[in-house]
Amino acid sequence: MDFEDTPEEGAFRAKARAWIDANAPKHLEAELKRAGFASSGVESEDPMDAAKAWQKKKAQAGWACLHWPKAYGGGAYSPIERVIWGQEEGVYAALSGPFIIGHGMCGPTVMAWAKEAQKQRLLPPLAAGEEIWCQLFSEPAGGSDLAGLRTRAAPAADGAGDWIINGSKVWTSGAQHSQWGLLIARTDADVPKHKGLTMFFLRMDSPGVEVRPIKQANGQSGFNEVFFTDVRIPDAQRLGAVGQGWEVSLTTLMNERLSIGSGMSTGFPELFRFCLEAQIDGRPAVDDAAVRSRLAQFAVKQSGLKYTGMRAITALSKGETPGPENSIGKLVAGATMQELAMFALDLQGQAGVVQDADSPMNARFQAMLLRSPATRIEGGSDEILRNIIAERVLGLPGDIRVDKTVAFKDIPSGARAKA
Amino acid sequence: MNLDFSDDQKALQAQVRRFLAEKCPPAAVRAVLEGPAPYDRALYLGLAELGALGVAIPEEYGGMGLSHLELCLIAEELGRVVAPLPVASSIYLAAEFLLQAGSEAQKAKWLPRLASGEAVGAFAMVEGQGRMAPDKIQATVRSGRLSGVKSPVADGVAADFAIVAARAGPGRGENAISLFIVELAGAGVTRETLETIDPSLSYARLTFDGAPAEPLGAEGDGWRIAGQVQDRAAILMAFEQLGGADRTLIMARDYALERMAFGRPIGSFQAIKHMLADMYVSATLARSNCYYGAWALASGSSELPVAAATARVSATQAFQHCAKNNIQVHGGMGFTWAFDCHLYYRRSNALALALGSQSTWESLLIERMRTGNLEAAA
Repeated sequence: MDFEDTPEEGAFRAKARAWIDANAPKHLEAELKRAGFASSGVESEDPMDAAKAWQKKKAQAGWACLHWPKAYGGGAYSPIERVIWGQEEGVYAALSGPFIIGHGMCGPTVMAWAKEAQKQRLLPPLAAGEEIWCQLFSEPAGGSDLAGLRTRAAPAADGAGDWIINGSKVWTSGAQHSQWGLLIARTDADVPKHKGLTMFFLRMDSPGVEVRPIKQANGQSGFNEVFFTDVRIPDAQRLGAVGQGWEVSLTTLMNERLSIGSGMSTGFPELFRFCLEAQIDGRPAVDDAAVRSRLAQFAVKQSGLKYTGMRAITALSKGETPGPENSIGKLVAGATMQELAMFALDLQGQAGVVQDADSPMNARFQAMLLRSPATRIEGGSDEILRNIIAERVLGLPGDIRVDKTVAFKDIPSGARAKA
Repeated sequence: MNLDFSDDQKALQAQVRRFLAEKCPPAAVRAVLEGPAPYDRALYLGLAELGALGVAIPEEYGGMGLSHLELCLIAEELGRVVAPLPVASSIYLAAEFLLQAGSEAQKAKWLPRLASGEAVGAFAMVEGQGRMAPDKIQATVRSGRLSGVKSPVADGVAADFAIVAARAGPGRGENAISLFIVELAGAGVTRETLETIDPSLSYARLTFDGAPAEPLGAEGDGWRIAGQVQDRAAILMAFEQLGGADRTLIMARDYALERMAFGRPIGSFQAIKHMLADMYVSATLARSNCYYGAWALASGSSELPVAAATARVSATQAFQHCAKNNIQVHGGMGFTWAFDCHLYYRRSNALALALGSQSTWESLLIERMRTGNLEAAA
């Protein structure tokens, strides 16, 4: 039980700090610090260029993908060293946004399932931020019920052994910036739904791939629809066996929950600062008993997540594998952020409705309010996460599945899904 | 960085868990709940023999001289079995008061007897309704004699002595309060057992009428010392609450697996599964916050006041949440006297008030974060 660095950890911290101090894009520091909610805040130059430049610099010095093997462009550092790096990288970590899906989910899947030559080709440019990846999983008819997806992969009629893809995906973050996509598709509709899926990766500039931004409920467009019309993928770009796609996808999904959940912000530090400034009847809001009560409940969620993360890292460093219990990160952070945003607007009174440059703290609570419904859905909805905790942590029985033994083509689907 | 207990500490915890599983079954809790004894004396002495009471008391005072980390894990086990014992009063509070503010003679007199279980201590602070504040304390010491009424006092009937907060000297506000050691078997003390929401614990009304009182710590320093000791006790009690939360989660899970309705285990219904998942989340967040508290307590960190309030608020929420939903999962059977759910429901609500109510600790947490330790929790 010790929060202090060991001598080795201290030496690593000093090394990381010195390198960051000498190499970080300090001209962006002020903008990064001013960032609103869910953006890096970089405006003085192209934010993607800034992100790629910092990632490349880190990669050249061995500071990219700290937990990956060196052969694949990583740093081969320990879980604790990765955490120390995160603490030292500070505001510059906000530049890593475009790489989160590739580094956190697609990369580990490729590492677990691709052939050695493919890993050596694909992973170093992914680590260095030269190539961006997106995850082509969710569909209009397959969200929480991911295995209900309908995008088809059929053997090419010319007998070349390639696969021909037709269908569409939604909720694809960063597809417009991606060179590569990790794609799960149905190769057999005559077997039960989980058994007829296969995983592939493909170039996003392949003929027949079309990316269209989705206008989200909060007015932004971080997500996309991706359409596939007779897209050809070589069989060599298959991950795992034909029909093994569900198993492969579990690698991605577990990493997704870990990488999204760990260190997720609830917005509490910002709310606390706001409550020091905001006034109720001429006194700081933080003096009000009702405000304190709500703040305290948010505070213990925030700190509970922080120390749950530290316990997970402690377990990792002892050689234990992170399990489904890590699903609590996003479950708690998402719902907390939403409630917290509503509370912050409540404190702003009738003016809380305004979302412009004059709104407190760069209107971050308004942005948080409008974005938080997505946090509770993406990467496993609150309900799916509760099922995972109940079934895989607490050992409760799975739900009765009426479609479990039925051939996929015979599963009833709603009119909307067909449209 | 390492946020976990050591293998040795976990081995000690396992030993205490085995001991309690054998010596403190629900029947032992019910014996105190339904009977006249204020606590299970045989169990208490057995725990003392194991070294568990004196685990954090220095060897020179008859303890084992280990750390508060060991005591945290013992507390978790006591909470898991809703032990009907005065450990919080005697060890988390009385012994800590002596260690923090006692004279050499006071420590030498009482600590070995607390560690051996021969003596029981209590902390008499509260006077009636509402959140405690210095101005609420009316008990007064003049010329070494205490007069006034303290109620409720946990373990006041069983205790050999109490640490009493009373007015003394010329100070005002917080500085008006001093601490005294008062032997409860002596002259000028009347004790009455109170009816409470949790009769597996014992609470008393203590009436003092010129009882001899010996100062503990400096005059006028009582409120400060009490705050410091209550922070330490809050972390230990949070571990008891954590043990209770964990146990009620498991009780509910086990019942959900075994109870059939509509032709299937009720644990296969999402309404039940999601309730249990939410209980797991509360208990997990509380565990992590408790570990933070344990670290602060054992390391003497300046973050201790924030860590204590964090662990306390989180563990109170978790135990109340798990204990009430445990009854819900059990349905009608959970509301019978025969099922053990109510033992935990009672205890979760009694502990939520001991050392100060949830709203009091919520307020303390935010006040303390404001005075400079925001980074600690954020």
